[in-house]
Amino acid sequence: MGLDLSTRQYDKVPYEEKERLFEEVKADMRYQDHALYGCYECGICVAACPSARFYDFSPRVIAQAAAREDVDLMYILMNDSIWDCSQCFSCDRCPRHNSPGMLITIMREVAVRNGLGTAKEALEGYGRIIYKIMSTGTQVSPDMLQPNAFPDWGGHVHDIAENLDVWRRALPPETLHTTETGWEVSDKTIIELYLIWHMTGVMDMIEEIDEGLYDILVDVMEERLEEAGYDDVSF
Amino acid sequence: MIHLPVIPAAKDRDFQLPENPPTEDYHEILDELERDGEIIVQRVPEPYIEVKTKFGRIKKIPVEKTWHHKSCGQCGHIPGYSTSIFWLNRQLGLDYMDPKDQTSCTAWNYYASATSNPEAQAAVAIRNFATAYETGYYPLIHCGTSFGHYKEVRQALIHYPELRDKVRKIMAKLGKKLVIPEEIVHYSEWVYAMRDRIKERQVVDMSQITATVHPACHYHKLIEEDAIYTPEIYGAQRTAIITGVLQELGINVADYSTWFDCCGFGFRHILVSRDFSRSFSVQRKIEVMMEEANPDITVTHDTGCVTTLDQSQFAAKAHGKKVGLPVLSDSQIAALAMGAHPYKVLQMHWHNTDNTRFLAKLGLDPDEKWREFEASVARLQDGSKQYLTWEDVE
Repeated sequence: MGLDLSTRQYDKVPYEEKERLFEEVKADMRYQDHALYGCYECGICVAACPSARFYDFSPRVIAQAAAREDVDLMYILMNDSIWDCSQCFSCDRCPRHNSPGMLITIMREVAVRNGLGTAKEALEGYGRIIYKIMSTGTQVSPDMLQPNAFPDWGGHVHDIAENLDVWRRALPPETLHTTETGWEVSDKTIIELYLIWHMTGVMDMIEEIDEGLYDILVDVMEERLEEAGYDDVSF
Repeated sequence: MIHLPVIPAAKDRDFQLPENPPTEDYHEILDELERDGEIIVQRVPEPYIEVKTKFGRIKKIPVEKTWHHKSCGQCGHIPGYSTSIFWLNRQLGLDYMDPKDQTSCTAWNYYASATSNPEAQAAVAIRNFATAYETGYYPLIHCGTSFGHYKEVRQALIHYPELRDKVRKIMAKLGKKLVIPEEIVHYSEWVYAMRDRIKERQVVDMSQITATVHPACHYHKLIEEDAIYTPEIYGAQRTAIITGVLQELGINVADYSTWFDCCGFGFRHILVSRDFSRSFSVQRKIEVMMEEANPDITVTHDTGCVTTLDQSQFAAKAHGKKVGLPVLSDSQIAALAMGAHPYKVLQMHWHNTDNTRFLAKLGLDPDEKWREFEASVARLQDGSKQYLTWEDVE
């Protein structure tokens, strides 16, 4: 089904709420300086876009909606389009030096920060990745390679899962003998990462998007932070 | 009658650099911020190799004293990628550091889920940079997305004083300084800069190999400014890395029409919406390469690209797609050329697409090499060794 650009499906959302979210996008320091200068409507961004070939998705529509300050359309796109973007930044070859990819990054952040239902839907199944990166400092771990998680990658995933421990110990760099993290990360480094998440409001974003995940992360982090002497850190 | 100018075909045109680069020079801004006491600029250690970037500016590539900023995707799922980078350093007798106090750049998650913000992303980057600075070793970034994202972070930090203030305060709590490297250097730039030394040590003839090249989006599209270009390769109309290395090793680099296209990784998509990644990588990349160039291998230089191009081919076989093209990184190809073991160093068993024909074409017996690897693994299984070490594979 194609993208529905009529305003019907979001008629019940007050215009003021849509406007508030768009203002939050525009207030991002990157918006005027680096994301949007105008639009020739040339379509180069669409021609270069991998997502446009697969989905009913157009970086040009997003750039134009923002440039025209079309509040209703921006709300539709923030809900039903931005999560199709590949974030490859092929659209950065825009002759006006727009960055639709960056504009979409900003819109996604606003969608997450405000806990939009469509953002929660888009990130369903992604929680384990967020947990891994936030709790361990490495995003992709060897033990994620399980046949049930990657059935379309074939039998070789089964071979890796079956031999995981010994194949990791066969790696000559000593930092790579791990199975639960990409490499060995020191305790002090993990604590520093937790402090960064705490000090920059990232934990609040997680709470908006997935309360269960937030609770698990808080448990893990509080224990480690307390052990490290950061008793005064409250989430 | 209107006389239109006759413009020569692209292949007959000479590349001319613009007299004035169209972008600001980040070196000058970094220097100014350092003079004002706002930041510390970590200088590229000597000896370094000078290369030219997209708009003709000079970029310094460190030869050694490198702090290896590893990639979570490489280390986690294609560990021969990073092992080959380390192996090259060791074989060339270069001093390097493989740190344990490094975190991921966290940008894969950022581009996938947006569950972060500019302050957090900049703080993660600067914590890593400051940690490298404290050791005296210089950051060498293994992942294309880390490389691209750190350039974004640099751009934000040099333009937004309020972001610098926030990050400086966070670093103060961690006992660290706001350090930005003079150059953000991707490992493939180091491989490119070292290509003549790699060539000197080449022991495997690769002249019968035809390869296609996939340049990573986050290397040459995301902040295009400081990617390497040279008139000698593609007339400086495409980035020179990978191709420059392969040609130095005697490999025939074949062209294909969708070279600019993304691999289909998509960040979020490769993990939870792979129908897009599989379709795009097979239909717009692998099949086009096979039909137009019929290569023995495709070579790329980023975590996500190796993963997507390689792993997507399995399911496509069921649809009768023209697949079966091995995928390796430039670091693995360079190591193989210098005699690295395909399984003990390149770890090709972590790759999906059958690569035994490629090895056989190089005159290497894949069955014999696999038996050698299994013999080493048997020593771990019977308890006579806990780990294989560099001495076991060199």
